[in-house]
Amino acid sequence: MAVEIEYTCLSEISGPLIFVRGVRGVGFGEIVEIRDGSSAVRTGQTLEVDEDSAVVQVFEGTSGLSVEGMRVTFVGRPLEIPVDRDMLGRVFDGLGRPIDGAPQVITDNLKDINGLPVNPWSREYPRDFIQTGISAIDGMNTLIRGQKLPIFSASGMPHNLIAAQIARQAMILSAKEEFTVIFAAMGVKFDMARFFIDSLEESGVLTHSAIFLSLADAPSIERLITPRVALTLAEHLAFDEGMHVLVILTDMTNYCESLRELSSSRGEIPSRKGYPGYLYSDLASIYERAGRLKGHRGSITQMPILTMPSDDISHPVPDLTGYITEGQIVLERELFNKGIYPPIAGLPSLSRLMKDGIGEGHTRKDHAEVAAQLFASYAKVKRIRALEAIVGEEELSSLDRVYLKFGTAFEEEFLSQGPEENRSIEQTLDLGWRMLSLLPQEELYRICAEDLHKFYIPSKERGECQR
Amino acid sequence: MVTGKVISVNGPIVKASGLARIKMFDIAEVGPHRLIGEVIRLAGGVTVIQVYEDNTGLKPGDEVVSSCRPLSVLLGPGLIANIYDGIQRPLVGISEVCGSYIEKGIKLPALDMEKRWAFSPLVTAGAALRGGCVLGEIRESPLVVHRVLLPPGVSGTLTGIAAAGEYTIDEEIYTLDTATGTYTGKLAGYWPVRSPRPFRLKKKPFIPLMTGQRVIDTFFPIARGGTAAIPGGFGTGKTMTQHALAKWCNADIIVYIGCGERGNEMTDVLTEFPNLIDERNGRPLIERTVMIANTSNMPVPAREVSIYTGVTIAEFYRDMGYSVAVMADSTSRWAEALRELSSRLGDMPAEEGFPPYLATRLAEFYERAGLVETLSGHDGDITIIGAVSPPGGDFSEPVTQHTSRFVRCFWALDKILADARHYPSISWTDSYTEYLHDIEAWWRTLDSQWLSLRNEVMNILLDDHRLQQLVKLVGTDALPQTQQFVLFAAEMIKNAFLQQNSFDPIDKYCSPEKQLKLLKTFLTLYRKGSQLVHAGVSLKEIKALDVMSELVRLKSEVPNQDTARIDEYGKRLATELDSLKELLTGV
Ligand SMILES: Nc1ncnc2c1ncn2[C@@H]1O[C@H](COP(=O)(O)OP(=O)(O)OP(=O)(O)O)[C@@H](O)[C@H]1O
Ligand SMILES: [Mg+2]
Repeated sequence: MAVEIEYTCLSEISGPLIFVRGVRGVGFGEIVEIRDGSSAVRTGQTLEVDEDSAVVQVFEGTSGLSVEGMRVTFVGRPLEIPVDRDMLGRVFDGLGRPIDGAPQVITDNLKDINGLPVNPWSREYPRDFIQTGISAIDGMNTLIRGQKLPIFSASGMPHNLIAAQIARQAMILSAKEEFTVIFAAMGVKFDMARFFIDSLEESGVLTHSAIFLSLADAPSIERLITPRVALTLAEHLAFDEGMHVLVILTDMTNYCESLRELSSSRGEIPSRKGYPGYLYSDLASIYERAGRLKGHRGSITQMPILTMPSDDISHPVPDLTGYITEGQIVLERELFNKGIYPPIAGLPSLSRLMKDGIGEGHTRKDHAEVAAQLFASYAKVKRIRALEAIVGEEELSSLDRVYLKFGTAFEEEFLSQGPEENRSIEQTLDLGWRMLSLLPQEELYRICAEDLHKFYIPSKERGECQR
Repeated sequence: MVTGKVISVNGPIVKASGLARIKMFDIAEVGPHRLIGEVIRLAGGVTVIQVYEDNTGLKPGDEVVSSCRPLSVLLGPGLIANIYDGIQRPLVGISEVCGSYIEKGIKLPALDMEKRWAFSPLVTAGAALRGGCVLGEIRESPLVVHRVLLPPGVSGTLTGIAAAGEYTIDEEIYTLDTATGTYTGKLAGYWPVRSPRPFRLKKKPFIPLMTGQRVIDTFFPIARGGTAAIPGGFGTGKTMTQHALAKWCNADIIVYIGCGERGNEMTDVLTEFPNLIDERNGRPLIERTVMIANTSNMPVPAREVSIYTGVTIAEFYRDMGYSVAVMADSTSRWAEALRELSSRLGDMPAEEGFPPYLATRLAEFYERAGLVETLSGHDGDITIIGAVSPPGGDFSEPVTQHTSRFVRCFWALDKILADARHYPSISWTDSYTEYLHDIEAWWRTLDSQWLSLRNEVMNILLDDHRLQQLVKLVGTDALPQTQQFVLFAAEMIKNAFLQQNSFDPIDKYCSPEKQLKLLKTFLTLYRKGSQLVHAGVSLKEIKALDVMSELVRLKSEVPNQDTARIDEYGKRLATELDSLKELLTGV
């Protein structure tokens, strides 16, 4: 099949695109190699083909290319990368080529980086609880093996610290099974990538991890390939080798900006904020590559990280991500400014797969109720705080003031913990009860009478007098 | 059969030349893998085809063939409990052939060709028949008797029909003498997805679709044959509501369309429905369900067709005289598919890049709902419930706006409620229904006062809504006791009636009787309570009554079969409230 055909006739270069004339028999979505006379070879892909021309996106960007003197080769197949277990412990560039000095992994197992859509019938519904050791996550937004759960962050907030803590602590607990981390960086700075690598190294798992770096100085179009390359390896490790793979993709906002750039250089009609109308489907083709498959041991858990431009959750990138992923961990500026780590927002955070991975046999019977009640009570705290800002504390009812006390304790004791602190799920739930017990029993209407009786700590036993 | 050649490829949009005689919406098979596509535009000698599968590698010059037949679904026994992609390819069959992933170019029949169905004829030779009449029956699932219909448009004299026995869908079952010659029929046949199936006449819906969800049934009910939209930002509960309805609503058949949404959500339905037992008949819910799954990572053009595939299947069962409920999650993803395809065609966009024909297409889709008299003279209906996913949760965007023009029930999901984990987060101030008066007669058979009870409770909620504006400025304590009591009663109604957890083993489904009794209990509280506060009893005393703490848990502690306990509770509540009055007069 792989007929290589060479052409030299470029008609136009525009942004990351080149237009090749006089071509024949070139397939849609095929890989293209571009040589500019120097020894360097650039890779691209056809976006549009007709009877005598082709539009090609160049992953390495077009800087330095000219219309004259190019040699363009159509390779006759889609973009593929080699996948192998030996890729663990290695560092690659954004297109999957080694950059750690060691040679390319030798294997003839080549995979199309776009993968194929999973048949919904063949999926296994994810149900296994992952203990991250972080109360805000385990208690209220439980992570499930095979889930896609993004972190919505904003500039300056500690998303990397949180992601590294999750990767580290989740791994310790799964010592029995093979657990790996695949880290893909798109358009981030080197020191950020360094932080991750160091953190993986410190916890001794760097040798079980694969790292793909398309850093801020790499051509922006390359970022469109990086997550797909990372996920192609993840699929091999999870479903051919039976490993539990945690894929961290950062920063998806940079990815989306590259897509916007490509789209606008093709002259496409933009949808919101200049992003293409197909941003949703494009993101889905990445995020849906998480999960479990019937008859396979492994799993792919995805934790994409994105920054919300101007802290705006309704920006197309977080918005469309939230529409695809199975919940979201939202970081909140207000908590961050109060000095709370991790500043995980109490209300907008959500884990949709939580329902089937908690409770008796997974975590503890009272888990769902505790979580629901914490959400409901904290929502009330937010309402009362808004009121307090207007009428002042003196005008609040005594019950309202009890709620405020609960709110502070919830933020300072439950949400807040150290970046090295690893709480068990029992500790988290017990802590949850300590918080809820600050409220009068009648207020805990999300909890059944039986559990209330069993877990509620009356004020005498708390060793303080509740007014 | 006509053949032509590819001249250009731009994503799923392929242009071809040389396809003489091909018509709009005909199927064309493209390239060496014979990928399925549909003709969506004809311009001069150029045929524009949208391809329903990944077409990486397709080249100009590749062959295109077409038998000039429109894109159709295969209708016959065996649809129930099945799951298909957007163009009706069977996902179970696909997994048997190519494992966990969907490979391109795979072609499998939509229905089992080998399975033998026990058919019993209901007409005899010599009968004069018209399209749509019932020829015989098959038990398709323990819940569904499949009526074999003469296809619409065919009429004549029956010259022969198979005796009772077992047949495959590929066997000839009957022959008819028609004006244009002999017609031979089988148990299954094709119908073009984009053409609504005919019926005799449309009627006004009047029976409520009972969903077991209190905020819907009691406050914003929908009629069988009606239309509803569920708009809401991400994570507000659209899918959960659709799942709850698919599980518990009292339609005969459910067509669940996962249109551009998550794969796991379909897996959830697939793993749950075979194990969930329908209280009404003791059978697993899967036995009345057909699923269409064209998830977000599957080809976009097939997403555009998926809702037509689903609704055509729904019409097929409607024509057998069934009540069918269609869930489409999410119509916004369908609209986006439309937008993507139209932009690749270079159409001039209207609002937010959507094509100018968005509104027409939405209207046509919802128009396929309705209560009808079928061609065979029976009643059948289709209820369509579409989720809408507005960008940024902003309802002023085109899909939400146009949809609200064509549906008569609008269940607006509220982000603030969802954040507080008040589910279903259907807003009682922004939602509406136009079916209230159409279905009132049905509720009157349970209680002649139903509408006024419902309205009275609704008014408490609306009063509360107004008072909350005040509370935001001055706090609760600044309000008089009578108003504080309204806030308290409304709070109770929100927590103990409106809020309903889909994962609660008892409360996930609430029977109409239980809904009514709970409603009356709140009215007891409200009516007696407000008298008391007016007479000078303090709200604190009312709150302190022993019975109060039980009220919020009634919904999850009293099963549907045991609603007498609610009556009993209501009596105690009344007595305790009255005792406060005695104290007052006693002084
Ligand atoms: N009736 C309910 N009972 C209990 N939990 C619910 C209910 N409705 C929604 N939820 C919770 O809210 C979460 C999100 O709901 P759902 O998946 O239906 O949102 P959605 O509106 O479909 O979002 P998206 O647009 O992203 O698909 C669920 O995972 C569940 O935890
Ligand atoms: Mg949904």
